[in-house]
Amino acid sequence: MSSVALTEPTNEAFADLKEELVADAATEATKKKLGVLFWICAVWILLVAALAITASLLPLHDPTIGNYNWPQNGGPSSTNWLGTDDLYRDILSRLIYGARVSLIVGFGGALIGLALGGIPAMLSAYRRGRVDTILNTGSYIFLAFPALVALIAIVSFWKPTNVWKITLIIGIFGAPLIFRIVRAATLSYATRDFVLAAKALGASDSRILAREILPNIMPTIISFSLIAVATIIVLEGTLAFLGLSVSPPTPSWGNMLYEGSQLLVGAKGQTNVWLVIFPATAMFSLLFSLNVVADKLRAYFDVTEIKL
Amino acid sequence: MARYIAKRLALLIVIILFVSVAAFFLVHLLPGDPATTILGPNATAQNVATINKELGLNKPLWQQYFIWMGHVLQGNLGQSFTTHQTTTSIIAESFPIDVELIIFSQIIAFAIAFPMAMHAARRPNKLFDQASNGTTFAMLALPPFVIAPVLVLIFAVHWHVFPGPASYVPLTQNFWSNIHTMLLPSIVLALGSIVVYFRLLRNDLISTLQEDFITMARSKGLSDRRIMWRHALRPSSISMLASAGVTISTLIAGTFVVELLLQMPGLGYQLVSSVNQDDYTVVQGITLVVAIAIVLINFIFDFLFTIVDPRIARE
Repeated sequence: MSSVALTEPTNEAFADLKEELVADAATEATKKKLGVLFWICAVWILLVAALAITASLLPLHDPTIGNYNWPQNGGPSSTNWLGTDDLYRDILSRLIYGARVSLIVGFGGALIGLALGGIPAMLSAYRRGRVDTILNTGSYIFLAFPALVALIAIVSFWKPTNVWKITLIIGIFGAPLIFRIVRAATLSYATRDFVLAAKALGASDSRILAREILPNIMPTIISFSLIAVATIIVLEGTLAFLGLSVSPPTPSWGNMLYEGSQLLVGAKGQTNVWLVIFPATAMFSLLFSLNVVADKLRAYFDVTEIKL
Repeated sequence: MARYIAKRLALLIVIILFVSVAAFFLVHLLPGDPATTILGPNATAQNVATINKELGLNKPLWQQYFIWMGHVLQGNLGQSFTTHQTTTSIIAESFPIDVELIIFSQIIAFAIAFPMAMHAARRPNKLFDQASNGTTFAMLALPPFVIAPVLVLIFAVHWHVFPGPASYVPLTQNFWSNIHTMLLPSIVLALGSIVVYFRLLRNDLISTLQEDFITMARSKGLSDRRIMWRHALRPSSISMLASAGVTISTLIAGTFVVELLLQMPGLGYQLVSSVNQDDYTVVQGITLVVAIAIVLINFIFDFLFTIVDPRIARE
């Protein structure tokens, strides 16, 4: 009798609590929506990627060779949807082929940075010790080095420049930054109880890193990597604008903008508004989408600000 | 405080040494040798040997580094292969343009970001705040090489509000036309800084305004204006100041872009044209000077930091 009297209210209280928790979770879930903008941006990134990958299968004009039957610096028309440039080339097909450069350098560079910076970061933050101190100081010193200036110097001596070289160099320069982010994220989980529990159960270090820590820091890595992709695309674009990225006639958004602005400033006595507006819009929309997706994902996974 | 500065200074020296080694060895680590690069199609075995001897390239690398460093410390950065101008004089002529661009753009950026952030933080999530927040988020996706050609197209080519390219006038020659030519590139550079400063200051102001000491000040009956200026602004401007050093060093990339676009003979313009002419001593010299300048700027901002918030030095 007494046991019933004791358990009943407790059960009731427990049920109440549970109900409350469920309600809380429900409001949390409604609060945490990715939103329409996220999906528009994600679809846009995928669309640009799909176009870039299938570019050679699509019925596009040749991006590197012009057709002299078209107008020079022509505006949008039914044959050339986005107009032509000063060398009678189709701007739309140059934009689509140019997306390849931005995407390869952006995502490739981020992957190289993750491999070179992320893996050592997890190990070093998990094991600590002298190696961690050295790597940590090293990354500080490396980050103090102005990346763009170093990139310009390297690119200028390592000729000829192609997409893969640029990707590799930018990836190596991105590694210290990714090291810092992944290290901070790993540190915040390395001393948690579930890691200790796994250790007590006799799990190996590689198992703990891969199965216990990695899934927890994945959201941080994904959202910061997207920011890294955007930053790398900007870096490549800046190099291209300075005429130091992939060599012409290979199109990239940066060198199209450069060509457009060279015409703009009257270098050849012509102007072509379209050669400025379309590459600029393409670049803006891709960077904006990457920023939105990264920002929404960060809010969605509730990545708290990590002390870097 | 003294210990903090000593520590930063030690790091500064290590970084500058690292930068000098990197700038020097960059040329040697990469495929191809300087002599053939300089000579181009004239690279016969005899010419290569002459150049190597002339530049001391036949000595061991470490010895070359110390010879080079010895010259650098005496202010000798070698001379251009194409114009035979000394690298030091090239830098002395072009550096003021970058400094002027950076100063103007920072004045514009602070003049706009401060009032904007203070106004937005007063009523968070209301119309002005949301509008400026959205606009600045979008502007994060507008790097200088995208926005510069568009603004030149609108303001210089179409409306002729600002002079077009290649119209740079030195400050010493004509003050007003210099300012006029500097305005458009400074605005381009300022845009990027405004975004960063606004977002950081707004966020920090909003969280500061919820602190107890602000409630205290309010209950004492202080005016909103006084609370904002005297109580909230200083503790909120730390992360913004911290970013100013980084922002200014990324501005260097921006100045390169606008200089190239508007054909202003600043450091970026000189660097890119010497890269295109394979003028490696000039590239080496400018790389070194720009890198050291950026490292110094970061050091100065670290120091400013401790003045605004002395707690940082005590950590």
